Amino acid sequence: MVPLGHYLILSAILFCTGTMGVFLRRNVITMLLSIEVMLNAVNLAFIAFGRTMGSADGQVIMFFVVTVAAAEAAVGLALVIALFRHRETLNPDTFTSLKW
Amino acid sequence: MIPLYIAQIGILFATFGLLLVAAAIMVYSERKVAAFTQQRYGPYLVGPSGALQPIADVIKLIFKEKLMPKSADKAIFMVAPIISATAAFAAFAVVPFGAKTDLFGLIEQPISLQVADVNVAMLVLFAITSISVYGIVLAGWSSNSKYSLLGALRSTSQMISYELSYGLTLASVLLIANSLSLTDIVNAQSGNWFGFIPRWFAFLQPLGFVIFMIAGVAETNRAPFDLPEAEQELVAGYHTEYSSTPFMMFFLAEYINMVTAAAVATDLFLGGWHGPWLPEYLGWIWFVIKIGAILFFYIWMRWTLPRLRYDQLMTFGWKVLLPLAALNLLVTAAGVIYFGH
Amino acid sequence: MGTDLLLFYLFGGAAVLASLAVVLGRNPMHSVLLLIVSFAALAGLYITLGSPFAAVIQIIIYAGAIMVLFLFVVMLLNAHREDALLTPGASGVKGPIRTGAVLGVVLAAELVWALVKAGQAPDGELAAGAAPNVEALGSVRALGLLLFTDYAFAFEVTSILIVVAMVGAVVLAKREL
Repeated sequence: MVPLGHYLILSAILFCTGTMGVFLRRNVITMLLSIEVMLNAVNLAFIAFGRTMGSADGQVIMFFVVTVAAAEAAVGLALVIALFRHRETLNPDTFTSLKW
Repeated sequence: MIPLYIAQIGILFATFGLLLVAAAIMVYSERKVAAFTQQRYGPYLVGPSGALQPIADVIKLIFKEKLMPKSADKAIFMVAPIISATAAFAAFAVVPFGAKTDLFGLIEQPISLQVADVNVAMLVLFAITSISVYGIVLAGWSSNSKYSLLGALRSTSQMISYELSYGLTLASVLLIANSLSLTDIVNAQSGNWFGFIPRWFAFLQPLGFVIFMIAGVAETNRAPFDLPEAEQELVAGYHTEYSSTPFMMFFLAEYINMVTAAAVATDLFLGGWHGPWLPEYLGWIWFVIKIGAILFFYIWMRWTLPRLRYDQLMTFGWKVLLPLAALNLLVTAAGVIYFGH
Repeated sequence: MGTDLLLFYLFGGAAVLASLAVVLGRNPMHSVLLLIVSFAALAGLYITLGSPFAAVIQIIIYAGAIMVLFLFVVMLLNAHREDALLTPGASGVKGPIRTGAVLGVVLAAELVWALVKAGQAPDGELAAGAAPNVEALGSVRALGLLLFTDYAFAFEVTSILIVVAMVGAVVLAKREL
């Protein structure tokens, strides 16, 4: 059996990778992809813990996280399309009209 | 005494070979049936009554020149047909085509004629069907040509729309059969009512069967849902820019998807390998007969029905088929609770 | 035991490499495809954790539907051209980079601390296995029972959430209302 710690460290690495992506990339679509990476890391942690505790709760929560991720991706991409129509660019630094 | 794992590897290779043979037979029979529908001869030169025509086709395709558009995305262009063909073959890995047999005591324990007997077989099938969408959309995109892109976008939206009705029908069968494993579903259909009507799920769920057949035709991009590759409108749709071996991969993937769809329909609704007058271990003969009937129906539909326009296709999928599939699921659930199996 | 560890490193390594390539890659189209590879690797990990249903759900929903949505948007917005990472020489960028680096180190430290604490169960065991009912764990039936009894409210709310998201996506992406 692979120890639980292995799975958790893998989940932490994936989460940090996703966070790095959200901060460093200047393309809205890649930022959304990095958010999906973070959600996947969390799913992995849930299922690993569920397996350790011997119940199916981990899978149920993973199921809900996946559904919420789907809804969020749909709305996020619709926003990206609407923004793109306005400014013809995908760089989030151009949407700064509210800054002083 | 052959050990179990050698028998399983043998089944793996046998299934692969049989799928290739089935694709070749499909190519030939499509052209012959099309010809007889249109009152002409079809291939008759190569081999006895044209039976070696698919081999001639394969040899011709292998010797053609491999083209790639200059501005195509090279990596994705080469990966797309691989994804299509791999998904097509992989989907058949969980489909059982024969009863548990041990070859007259040759193998250690009975194995079913199935590459992988997983107990979530139905879901795995659905998952791999979702993956096969990628072969098409990546092929259309990476060719960097307008016909390909339009064909790919149309095909992708068609496939993901009809996957919903496909899935809801699978859920209805799951309710009746109480198991996700395809072997269990087939075994639940053995036996007869009143001595002569077989216990097929097609009789318990006629609407489900019809919806599944229509969704299967739409999933495999066959007529009357073949606007993505319509010769008259879109040159050749998503595989316009492909030639030689990559084109053969798409061709192969399409026919094997058809065989898989027919095999799954047989397993789910037509009783799989159960049939009268033949002993259990020869059940695969009935399986082949049933698949042959469904595939003949596919070919017959292609040359009889006119093609649906793209918006008619999407309207039909979302506004007609999906509500009907949901209704079927509700009625099935009510039936299961009332009759209580 | 050996094959389990080997499979873990194989799938885990593939997931990490693919995710790094997603984040650091220049071409958004390639990022989407590499993310699909990462999902497939994670699905493999779920299977080794004894949750075939979770693996299949991951492939069907994430890799089969959400990523197709991303692909459509990338293709239709023509966003496939390569773009640069945050370049250190750009103006007004040093502050965010420093803050980001500090926060990143804090996040990593917190995660490591949390993992070490979580792994130390009351009996000090860190094993992911030896569960009392591993057979029932992976079965779809167990999942369904939980979903419709303990989590029934969340299930119904999720369905409303999906409807709201559908309506929202359609409305937001329209040209004129």
